[in-house]
Amino acid sequence: MTPKTSADICGMGHSMKRKEDPRFLQGKGNYIDDIVLPGMLWLDIVRSPIAYGKIKGIDSSKALEVPGVLAVLTGKDLEAYNLHWMPTLMSDTQMVLPTDTVMYQAQEVAAVIATSRYAAADGVAAVEVDYEPMKPVIDPFKALEEDAPVLRSDKDGQTDNRIWHWEAGDKAATDKVFEEADVVVRERMHVPRIHVASIETCGCVADFNPVEGHLTVYMTTQAPHAIRTVLALVAGHVGLSEEKIRVVSPDIGGGFGGKVPVYPGYVVAIAASVVLGKPVKWIEDRMENLQADSFARDYHMAAELAADADGKIRGLRIKTLADHGYSDAQAAPSKFPAGLFSICTGSYDMEQAYAEVDAVYTNKPPGGVAYRCSFRVTEAVHCMERVVDTLAHRIGKDPAELREENFIPKEAFPYQSPLGWEYDSGDYQAAMDKAKEMIGYDDLRREQAEKRARSELMGIGVCSFTEVLGAGPSKDFDILGIKMFDSAEVRVHPTGKAIARFGTKSQGQGHETTYAQIIAEELGLPAAHVQVEEGDTDTAPYGLGTYASRSTPTAGAAGAMAARQIRDKASKIAAHLMEVSEEDLEWEPGKFSVKGAPDRSVTIQDCAFAAYTNLPEGMEPGLEATNYYDPPNLTFPFGTYICVVDIDRGTGEVTVRRFVAVDDCGNIINPMIVQGQIHGGLTQGIGPALFEEIPYDEDGNNLAGSFMDYLVPTSMETPAWETGHTITPSPHHPLGAKGVGESATVGAPPAIANAVVDALAHLGVTHLDIPITPDKVWDILNEKGVAE
Amino acid sequence: MIPPQFDYHAPGGLDEALGLLGELDDAKVMSGGQSLLPMMKLRLAGPANLVDIGRIPGLDTIKERDGCLRIGANVTEAQLEESAVVAERYPILLDTARVIADPLVRNRATVCGNLAHGDPANDHPATMLALRAHVIATGPGGERTIDIDDFFHGLFMTALGEDEILTELHIPVPSPGSGGAYVKLERKVGDYAVAGAAVQLTLDKDGKVTKAGVGLTNLSFSPIRASAAEETLLGADFVPAGGLRGAIERVRDAITRASGADDIIAAAAQAAADVTEPVADRRGSVEYKRNMARVLTARAIRTALERAVAGG
Amino acid sequence: MATHQISVTVNGEAHAAEVESRTLLVHLIRDELRLTGTHIGCDTTHCGACTVLLGGKPTKSCTVLAIQADGCEIGTVEGLAGADGMHPLQEGFWEKHGLQCGFCTPGMLMTGAALLAENPNPSEGEIREAISGNLCRCTGYVNIVKAVRYAADKMGAAAAETANAATDGEDN
Repeated sequence: MTPKTSADICGMGHSMKRKEDPRFLQGKGNYIDDIVLPGMLWLDIVRSPIAYGKIKGIDSSKALEVPGVLAVLTGKDLEAYNLHWMPTLMSDTQMVLPTDTVMYQAQEVAAVIATSRYAAADGVAAVEVDYEPMKPVIDPFKALEEDAPVLRSDKDGQTDNRIWHWEAGDKAATDKVFEEADVVVRERMHVPRIHVASIETCGCVADFNPVEGHLTVYMTTQAPHAIRTVLALVAGHVGLSEEKIRVVSPDIGGGFGGKVPVYPGYVVAIAASVVLGKPVKWIEDRMENLQADSFARDYHMAAELAADADGKIRGLRIKTLADHGYSDAQAAPSKFPAGLFSICTGSYDMEQAYAEVDAVYTNKPPGGVAYRCSFRVTEAVHCMERVVDTLAHRIGKDPAELREENFIPKEAFPYQSPLGWEYDSGDYQAAMDKAKEMIGYDDLRREQAEKRARSELMGIGVCSFTEVLGAGPSKDFDILGIKMFDSAEVRVHPTGKAIARFGTKSQGQGHETTYAQIIAEELGLPAAHVQVEEGDTDTAPYGLGTYASRSTPTAGAAGAMAARQIRDKASKIAAHLMEVSEEDLEWEPGKFSVKGAPDRSVTIQDCAFAAYTNLPEGMEPGLEATNYYDPPNLTFPFGTYICVVDIDRGTGEVTVRRFVAVDDCGNIINPMIVQGQIHGGLTQGIGPALFEEIPYDEDGNNLAGSFMDYLVPTSMETPAWETGHTITPSPHHPLGAKGVGESATVGAPPAIANAVVDALAHLGVTHLDIPITPDKVWDILNEKGVAE
Repeated sequence: MIPPQFDYHAPGGLDEALGLLGELDDAKVMSGGQSLLPMMKLRLAGPANLVDIGRIPGLDTIKERDGCLRIGANVTEAQLEESAVVAERYPILLDTARVIADPLVRNRATVCGNLAHGDPANDHPATMLALRAHVIATGPGGERTIDIDDFFHGLFMTALGEDEILTELHIPVPSPGSGGAYVKLERKVGDYAVAGAAVQLTLDKDGKVTKAGVGLTNLSFSPIRASAAEETLLGADFVPAGGLRGAIERVRDAITRASGADDIIAAAAQAAADVTEPVADRRGSVEYKRNMARVLTARAIRTALERAVAGG
Repeated sequence: MATHQISVTVNGEAHAAEVESRTLLVHLIRDELRLTGTHIGCDTTHCGACTVLLGGKPTKSCTVLAIQADGCEIGTVEGLAGADGMHPLQEGFWEKHGLQCGFCTPGMLMTGAALLAENPNPSEGEIREAISGNLCRCTGYVNIVKAVRYAADKMGAAAAETANAATDGEDN
């Protein structure tokens, strides 16, 4: 795509170097733990070693003797203010601190407030808690058995461990398709509990000013405005009304969905600041982060695909059990308890589909956040892309060919999916063609055949995913009732420079650059002259925040719309300055000129100056606009990923030899940043595919509670990603853009899993659950008699 | 993660260090601190006193003398990686150093600390077993030499007395025709071994194995010497009639073509697997780990043979 | 509780500090000296966000006691840029999009600086190995490798220029 603007303006299509980088490169970022306020105290948390049990007593006396320890807060203390419970973003409830029962390992039990980080840690070690352990419910299937104890007996009317049942599609019609189908394939799969593990953990500095009754909370949040509203709802009864709360999200060291929820630590720090009248800092450590913060995934799926004998897909049926732990603390839109799981029909045209999800409580940490994913899209895509491969292997067809034969054709867009989505645009074959060409698909298949003849194990994995992003249109999408629009406020100064503020919050995505480029594209002001700000609820317009790849589809669109409002006003000013009628003007980026007289022109900067100095009569001074953008539809980016793996027959190790990712995210704002997002997403795809998992033993002990066992890939395990793209613009987004941050996290795991299965398919293997660890592979090699 | 309180001592000489160990209650010796400090941060260890031997001069050298390679208490893994003598004559040590933790940790982690920590998941113990090293412990009564086979006493326990410091490691200089290799299976860089196998072999002029050392990592509560595997290898003739000279590729082919070589390697590898007592955990089942002992031992034998022939 | 007087030289500047025995070097750097470019990302010496140069070697400062650094030279990200602007590595990370959230970046930069000091012309494999103790969750490492190569090329060219200039000088 050729940029419309010059390199000086640096609008869309330019790989502009990031405006935020100089401070990060020189150690001058401002992350949460960098913030120090005068008189600040430290908070550290006592956590439960057991998964389920009664608290018989908490003895703080020794902790209070530790030099520097000022106070120990328990659930009973919070109960006095009715602050011991809080709502989740899914209208469930969870404890802030318990008064009598702990429900999961590492649950917050008490908080120590001290004058230093070290004293607080010593205080935590000195708090003595007496527990009476109970037998926890860990297996989600057992949680639904009749004799299972009801874990959430605190909730009125809760008689079992089921949280909700959700379904989509026409069950009877789908069943009929399955009855009539020539071929039906089935796979059971578990997409396990994982953790975003951003390198910066979560934390906050709560600063309550007792004189003003004003609370400022600096916190690691991806959604500062929504959090402010939640805080007002939780603490309104103790005098913290919304105008007295300011939430500031400073630089964030990675979010990936894990910094959307409100964790008890934030609330306790706020309570401590209010009680003590001093700033209180809480920074969780890595083990707390992995053991207590919101998990992602944990979907047990049984998928079935119905097809004709030649491989034409006719129907899809999925039954899912979702393990939500102690509370439904995911951060999905209210009307979508299973997120956007109904995107599961993916890139394929079919007659019918039916999907159902049952959510259950267990004695594990609460959550269900989207680890770099648009609300359960990862689970849906993994399920579909795996079972498509099962079908291909069953009928003996090349997995790429089977996909091509079932793609929704590009002429069919906008396409109505059987589960109710209207896909805005797509050209799946183009992405497939490009990916096959880049990787040399046919040559690889030949190489595989030769190697197989020599008993070497090599596999080629294909995944053609469709994403659904940009939540979302207000008729369907809200969080706690707040519609999921997003916002931009653009103000052009007299000298032609601008400040633009947004309701989202970058955690590394480069908003300060891409948003400036959007304004540059629309106004022709150099992006270098557009200062972008986010994250301060006192200054930025209200928005729902950054997650689910929604920033460009919503706030980016708002920025474009606000800039267009400004351009409309500038056009009137330009007509006034040149004494012509507005209809006689032509616009090119940065300049209005008179039709037929191109040497008569004024720049956008001229218009900006005039907006403050020389206005047409009756026009309001200034040059600014605010836009709250309510998207008409979601966006549907897609792509085809192909990878090659080699399997060590001795150890079961899987090596990703090559990985080609072809993405289509519509029009591209900054190609360099888009490629960076793909690289990062792919790495957070290989992680869950081969390394990352948080398993529990039967007592509810977290078995991967530190980086010793929660395996984040290093530079040595990560292949040299190869990327490419096609461009199919979104027809409804003002810039034709679609969002890209999470496509690769969604598409990479099934590509890798498919490659491993492909390497073993001739042995009769149809499925392996991720993460595909060497011992899992070796067990199969051993069973099939091919281990070295 | 904050360590509990303790008192820190940095003796300037060995005598002072030994004096401190004698005087202080609950004292722990530290050099690089890359194992001990993480345990203290997790509050899994909390000594009242820390005696940092890192500033004692003279303990940071690697040198061959009197038939031994001597590695001082403060020699880091990075020093091993950079050492010319190690690269030339002790490739097994280079193999080992390069798979310990990560390059940054290796800038501070010490070879002797890797042994003194007594962790069966550490990598050097198996290598030192294969190399038949000796541990020099210095205490109030002077130095004593501990055979590596007597050094490991179980999980985090060694033959070192509370008043002793591991001051040096002695590795016999390999005779001509020697070669060794350490092969580790890890889930990712920075992980402890799923399993590891160290093999050191010496061949005579006719290609017969005259010395064999086989050590195993993380396959029991202590590092293991696979004696039966060593016996299987001793006397084996891996080199086909006519001998071997020439490019390493031809050597590699020849080793596996030699009559019965595959069988001997397989038998030795199986013998190694048979002595393991692994524990099932997140890294795999007992069966998997036993088999990894077998697979890795076989691979280490092959590399050791190649190096023995290529070097000798 | 015993405290100790120590002195360290950080980025060329001498500092005296009173520390507990247990004070971690990273906390001395961040909390006492207020050089907050050095970060903390884990408790188990895995992530490398706290990497500084200690005596010239890249070191995880969360796993070193402050008192162990007594008398030592310490380099942090704040000292990387010179009077004439950013270090070639910083430039490389900017040019090649070697950072996203920026949290691992200071550690990566310090590791990269030490690598280039030892090996001015590292291969992709050598770079990947050198940074394998520094976790990045955003970039997928590809652009970090490119960024280090960019710096190597730039520093190599600068060194060649200096050498040429010196030779020219001799000729004259």
